[in-house]
Amino acid sequence: MDVRADKVMSLAEAIKTYVKDGSHISIGGFTVNRNPMAAVYEIIRQGIKNLHVYAHSNGTGVDELVGGGCVGKIEIAYGGNGRAAPTCIRFKQAIQKGMVAHEDYSNYQMSLRFHAGAMGVPFMPTRSSLGTDIVNKWGFSKEMRKKDPRLPDDKLVVLDNPFGNWANCAKVVLVPAINPDVTIIHAQKADRQGTCRILGLQFCDVDQAKAARNVIITCEQIVDGAELRKDPEYNQIPFIHVSAVVQVPYGAYPSSCHQHYDYDPTQLSDFAKAAKDDAAFKAYLDRFVYGVKDHQGLLDLVGKARLAKIKADPRTGYATGLDRK
Amino acid sequence: MDYTLRELMAIIAAREIKNGDIVFCGTGISMVAAMAAKHMNAPESIIFFETGAIDSALEEIPMAVADPRVMYAAASNGGLLDAFATMQNRITGDRVIGILGAAQIDKYGNMNSTSIGDYHRPKTRFSGSGGACDVASFVPRYIIFMQHEKRKFPVKVDYLTSPGYLDGNGGRERAGLMTGGPSAVVTNLAMMRFDEKTKEMYLAYYYPGISPQKILDNMEFSVDISKAQEAAPPTASELKVLREVVDPQRIIL
Repeated sequence: MDVRADKVMSLAEAIKTYVKDGSHISIGGFTVNRNPMAAVYEIIRQGIKNLHVYAHSNGTGVDELVGGGCVGKIEIAYGGNGRAAPTCIRFKQAIQKGMVAHEDYSNYQMSLRFHAGAMGVPFMPTRSSLGTDIVNKWGFSKEMRKKDPRLPDDKLVVLDNPFGNWANCAKVVLVPAINPDVTIIHAQKADRQGTCRILGLQFCDVDQAKAARNVIITCEQIVDGAELRKDPEYNQIPFIHVSAVVQVPYGAYPSSCHQHYDYDPTQLSDFAKAAKDDAAFKAYLDRFVYGVKDHQGLLDLVGKARLAKIKADPRTGYATGLDRK
Repeated sequence: MDYTLRELMAIIAAREIKNGDIVFCGTGISMVAAMAAKHMNAPESIIFFETGAIDSALEEIPMAVADPRVMYAAASNGGLLDAFATMQNRITGDRVIGILGAAQIDKYGNMNSTSIGDYHRPKTRFSGSGGACDVASFVPRYIIFMQHEKRKFPVKVDYLTSPGYLDGNGGRERAGLMTGGPSAVVTNLAMMRFDEKTKEMYLAYYYPGISPQKILDNMEFSVDISKAQEAAPPTASELKVLREVVDPQRIIL
């Protein structure tokens, strides 16, 4: 726990300090929404390898991390990214080529696993997946699990209801807690100490943050703590969970950030096209990730005209009438 | 009346939604079907998303369940734990109808959206469950969109991601799942249902111009075609809803 009054630092410094080779990591957001993309690109730029990623449905960010060669193992519910890529393309290739060890859960199960981690209990029960291959087929073998102290011995456990037939339920599936080394969240607002305000859907961000040893918050805007404390009931993550705060305007781009900007359909489909071919993908990374110093460099390449197109309409929170074909 | 195949599929699915249903909605054509039902046969149905938005205004059609368009003027914007609890809890869960899709389906409605071939080193990897396994585990009835091709209707799915009736009548209960399961499979050729006794898929409706034999030719397993009827094509007012209200930009259709 870090209670310093001022945790503001540069993105490069935050990633260097808290994300190491082999770190267990989770990122916030969901498919095309509020993925901490600036942080993802910085991880790729710093050449961090062999990450163990925990994801429910973090389409955009996870696919870039896999494509950037940063991921060794992944526990995931969904690798898809809306219309641009019904199955994330680099993720698909990495699994088909056996380059990433993988374990499949459902979205509810991954959410419950983060929730258990945040609560400090070893597992949570659910009635999901009984009779399916999510229960029967394991990506990480018993031997691999026994050898690795960071993995629970079992993927999950099916248990007869210890309360008899209470709640009219015979069996439950227990899914193990997750406590990442680091979770990275992109929020609309944060203060210098790390208290955050997320607008719109929160997905699983709050539990992902509370379950992690360290949390990096990137945000559209750093604001005065007094402003956030005027309406504290609208703040989801208090500073006690946070290790670093970084102001990165458009930090979720090309995914969307409610009330600030929409997703960029052009950039997402250009990424998907490039991802299908190794040479094109290398050229994409060279241009948009390795070829720029920071996120502002990527935004400069995209250009002001494209960013103006995705600017959120204050009435709806998204770019009303945006051409999304 | 001129209409496209996708329009027909959306309408066939929309007709399955009852007034007052809580509709669990995915992306693409399932979103179109749910939105169409709200403007046709089920004005008091409630659309919600696994990302945590419930009763969204949907002024524009969302392209993903995390599209910011699901957040606008919703009753509540929560998170994944809220959305799945709404289905697992029997108070609201019993009123939910799900709309899902898959890469493979067997005769008991068990679905694969994970991989083809060996799980560890698959020939083809798909997105994975997402929330599909959860929905299929929890809700009393759901609709499945499929493309009618032999390899997509195999005798056995390569990976059982989301439970249908498992091994037939009583299968779900034996595994410890809640009573429920798929109620309809809507494809590009036909609509299938499941027999009440055996829980096996049968042909309920074939589309105008499609023979039952053609449908059988596009499946690895055989189904009962004796109860099949021709599907009623979309009406003018149904098409008007699709074209003018639900997807005027023709993004999905």
